[in-house]
Amino acid sequence: MGRSLTMSRRDIDFCLYEWLDVTSLLDRPRFAEHGRETLDAVLELSETLAVEHFAPLNRDADTHEPYVGDDGRVVTLPALAKALQAYSESGLPSSTFDEGVGGMQLPFTVHQAATSFFQAASIGAFAYPFLAQGNANLVAAHGTPEQVETYARPIVEGRWYGTMCLSEPQAGSSLSDITTRAEPQDDGTWRLTGTKMWISGGDHELSENIVHLVLARTPGAPAGVKGVSLFIVPKVLVEDDGSLGGRNDVSLVGLNHKMGYRATTNTLLNFGEGAHQPGGRAGAVGHLVGEENRGLTYMFHMMNEARVSVGAGAMALGYTGFLHSLAYAEERTQGRPVGDKDPAAPPVPLTRHADVRRMLLAQKSYVEGGLGLILYCARLVDEEQTATSDDDRRRAHALLELLTPIAKSWPSQWCVTANDLAIQVLGGAGYTRDFPVEQLYRDNRLNPIHEGTHGIQALDLLGRKVLGDGGRGLGELLAVVRATVARAEEVGGETAAHGIALAAAVERLERTTQHVAAAAADDAELALANATPYLEATGHLVVAWVWLEQVLAAAGKEGAFYDGKRAAARYFYAFEVPSIITRLDLVASLDRTTLDLDPGVL
Amino acid sequence: MANIVVLVKYVPDATGDRTFTSDNTVDRVGVDGLLSELDEYAVEEALKVVEAGDGEVTVLTVGPEQAADAVRKALQIGAHKGVHVLDDAIAGSDAAATSLVLAKAIEKIADYDIVMTGLASTDGAMSVVPAMLAERLGLPQLTFASELTIEGDTIRIRRDGDAATETIEASGKMVVSVTDQINEPRYPSFKGIMAAKKKPVETWSIADLGIEASQVGTAAAWTKVLSFEPRPPRTAGEIVTDEGDGGTKLAEYLASKKFV
Ligand SMILES: Cc1cc2nc3c(=O)[nH]c(=O)nc-3n(C[C@H](O)[C@H](O)[C@H](O)COP(=O)(O)OP(=O)(O)OC[C@H]3O[C@@H](n4cnc5c(N)ncnc54)[C@H](O)[C@@H]3O)c2cc1C
Repeated sequence: MGRSLTMSRRDIDFCLYEWLDVTSLLDRPRFAEHGRETLDAVLELSETLAVEHFAPLNRDADTHEPYVGDDGRVVTLPALAKALQAYSESGLPSSTFDEGVGGMQLPFTVHQAATSFFQAASIGAFAYPFLAQGNANLVAAHGTPEQVETYARPIVEGRWYGTMCLSEPQAGSSLSDITTRAEPQDDGTWRLTGTKMWISGGDHELSENIVHLVLARTPGAPAGVKGVSLFIVPKVLVEDDGSLGGRNDVSLVGLNHKMGYRATTNTLLNFGEGAHQPGGRAGAVGHLVGEENRGLTYMFHMMNEARVSVGAGAMALGYTGFLHSLAYAEERTQGRPVGDKDPAAPPVPLTRHADVRRMLLAQKSYVEGGLGLILYCARLVDEEQTATSDDDRRRAHALLELLTPIAKSWPSQWCVTANDLAIQVLGGAGYTRDFPVEQLYRDNRLNPIHEGTHGIQALDLLGRKVLGDGGRGLGELLAVVRATVARAEEVGGETAAHGIALAAAVERLERTTQHVAAAAADDAELALANATPYLEATGHLVVAWVWLEQVLAAAGKEGAFYDGKRAAARYFYAFEVPSIITRLDLVASLDRTTLDLDPGVL
Repeated sequence: MANIVVLVKYVPDATGDRTFTSDNTVDRVGVDGLLSELDEYAVEEALKVVEAGDGEVTVLTVGPEQAADAVRKALQIGAHKGVHVLDDAIAGSDAAATSLVLAKAIEKIADYDIVMTGLASTDGAMSVVPAMLAERLGLPQLTFASELTIEGDTIRIRRDGDAATETIEASGKMVVSVTDQINEPRYPSFKGIMAAKKKPVETWSIADLGIEASQVGTAAAWTKVLSFEPRPPRTAGEIVTDEGDGGTKLAEYLASKKFV
């Protein structure tokens, strides 16, 4: 394919093969059936399907949001069903699953790269299989063999979709406050009653069944997060032979009308209100996954992959926005360079202006840095599962735990900023619906909110991953970054200079963390008050590391692509890296501005 | 029972920059390429035929090292085996020489009932190879099929012309070329991608086919490209400002260009 405005296959290949050496994974037993040609074919197939089926419906799905028809059924665009069917038929839903459930055991790194084409083409349309894969992943990991066969396999085969029902109207960030109840029945099943809010893909006619994974409390469960259990609640009941029975007592109360992601239905669902009466009475029939009261533990087990994938979506939206704004800036002419006073001289392309170049370089450094961050974290998922020594697996696990809140939040912040800049590059045109960049911005604005808000990610990083972990994960990260700095030093020149700047930031992060840890011993609230600047400083540091790694991977290579890598890294080090120190200064000062504030003065 | 040989060509990606070698022929080595889109219709039609009855689809390509990609793609889509004729001597061959190589390769494959092709290649766009091939193999040709039905060993096609639609049929072995109206080619599936790894691909040289180097390549070509240049970019056009006499000005313009 020529230059595509969806994602850059060239950059993906660079990350996978020239930087992360993904082919070395193929020596491992889990991936032995794969070769470079199968990886390439999956990437090519994904790009083709994304460009031919998903991209064309993206705007229509935005302007025609789903609605509830007179018969109470959700109505979506015909093109949506067609695109999803093409995706199902391709077998791609089975990509990362075990052979035992019909999976293809594709490395997660390659899956994540392939998926980014769909996320860039239509994040809202792709949300159905995206959520379903997360759902089946959880059932496959913690369900009984029967549950896996009955509920995960149809998703792996691309026949059903699934949801994650965590949030309730009164409980979003604080899941310990959920009130949905589950009562045990004599036949071993459970009956659920309660209301779930914001459930993506919660109802639609795109598949014959929807598998809801629902968090609920059982009688006598301890208060708080240690009293939450996980249940499988199908929309349509499944008979013992796998055939579909009657409707379960799950009903659609209404659809939410969103700023973006409009191809995805977002629902308020009632469980057990009696709209349907399985076995002649109200109550949604559910099946307990694993043990009682361990629901959040199971959720968290799959959280790393899920959050990396959400970050990937944010990155993909930023990436495609960058490519669109670049294409526009190359074509559109306006004004003359500073110093060229001849009004008769022809106007120059936007790319001739320093400030437009700034906006393009900023986007490039965010989106390519984001892609690098995501694929590195995805590589850690593969490493955690398949590394050949226990030590390597443990190390990958510690690093991944630490980097997950960053992989989720960094692209959700900076690739939204990239979308904002993409609009700016187009000027007035960027503010119209004639160009895709305004939609990309609206779509992307969800990503700092769901799957744990930005603020919750900050608390996760500083509270749980850094202070709660005794510094193991952070220690691993610092060692990895310092090793890269040492390699940069050997190369010399600009690369070594980047390394010196990064080394200074690492030094400052280490000292600041020690300082905050000491303060946390006396006053945890104070220590966590500035968790967000801590998250943002650490995120920038990690992406600065990604850029140094990519400059090293490009070392000695010539041509526009590699020069582009060096240019974007130069931008990131000149314009962004200094902010790491400023943010860490604030954190180290244990500033009390927010803590001491009387909300009454706001 | 129908065994089908489908001709597949590796062509430069039409969305990429096109380059030429020093003898003015298309550079097929130094560029990104892919399975010619028009050949995907032939692969699809062949698969539909064997799926409705039985038999196997063999894809055949003549081209440089990278042309193996075209074979692999066809195998991923569902073809059963592949043959790649690879020989440095072939570079620069014209349609006549290419048809010779193809004919010899098809004779070597031997066990086939139908040779199926696309309507043209997306790079050369000559549409002559099927006819040349039919001549060399001594087979009937049904070209430009936009619909195809099989009864026993008879194949009937619909051939849409500008003014008329013909229905033609032939029996026994034959060459069939299909248009882009005949079907909607399927995508490869993940299973197909994995299965392709295990499908047999044979690589033959022209010596394997009993062809001399002097019969192919630039030297043997009946025609020679003397020069080429890109079509000049479109000019900006002429804007007629309507000051009440717009109609007259338009008529004058059309008359000056001898349109009216
Ligand atoms: C389009 C969309 C799709 C969604 N899909 C799903 C889904 O499929 N399944 C599902 O279960 N949920 C889903 N959600 C819900 C989503 O996860 C929640 O909206 C999110 O967790 C925040 O919860 P909330 O909306 O109740 O906001 P709140 O929790 O009320 O948060 C409001 C603000 O307060 C901050 N805040 C809250 N608590 C703290 C704290 N302790 N410390 C510091 N700051 C805090 C938050 O960061 C946020 O800025 C979706 C939401 C949206 C908008």
